[in-house]
Amino acid sequence: MVAHARRDHPDEACGILAGPEDDDRPERVIEMLNAARSPTFYEFDSTEWNAVFLDMGRRDEKPVVIYHSHTATEPYPSRTDIAWADGYAKLEPSPHYILIGTSDPEEHVLRSYRISEGEVTEEPVEVVAEYEPSAQSLPE
Amino acid sequence: MAVTVSIPTILRTHTGGQKTVEASGSTLAEVIDNLESTHGGIKGRLVKEGTLHRFVNIYVNDEDVRFSGGLEAAVSDGDNVTILPAVAGG
Repeated sequence: MVAHARRDHPDEACGILAGPEDDDRPERVIEMLNAARSPTFYEFDSTEWNAVFLDMGRRDEKPVVIYHSHTATEPYPSRTDIAWADGYAKLEPSPHYILIGTSDPEEHVLRSYRISEGEVTEEPVEVVAEYEPSAQSLPE
Repeated sequence: MAVTVSIPTILRTHTGGQKTVEASGSTLAEVIDNLESTHGGIKGRLVKEGTLHRFVNIYVNDEDVRFSGGLEAAVSDGDNVTILPAVAGG
């Protein structure tokens, strides 16, 4: 995610962390095109999003995280982010929203949030080298 | 024209939990009105003041209807209609 954000800087980068649909564990990065190609706005290309969503469904996955970068401002959800997140929640369960700040070329900032009914709640992020085996993957 | 509509997760409360429902119409607008008549409450989540809500993407056979007439997009027998939230921010 961070490499993607750095690569697209100063435009905002955006994408998905997909994970199993019955869990909340992100397992796979899906970089998405920012159809707005803007330093202040992002938008999933609607055709690509449909194809990715269908593919996730076939793999029994869901979007656990939607991420995007803020290239000059603080990596905190803007009013625009909140409005679109609330729109999303009217049709599909809300993902976690990760924001990556790339305004400093030396040090990125990565934060995760839940956005619900106009309210933003930050949540802790723990970066690990690999996951513990989940309950689902242990043999019977 | 009979089409199959995939219902997004949150709207399945209006369809008794069904993930897909059949609907009829020759344009997307007619399909949505038909859906509303059989599963009331859906139209208001998709359409605002006569146009597609900006938070909503609708596809007919995987083509975004915004490229083919929006609510006036034609639908044919056997078409698949998909509804997804738009994803954007700033």
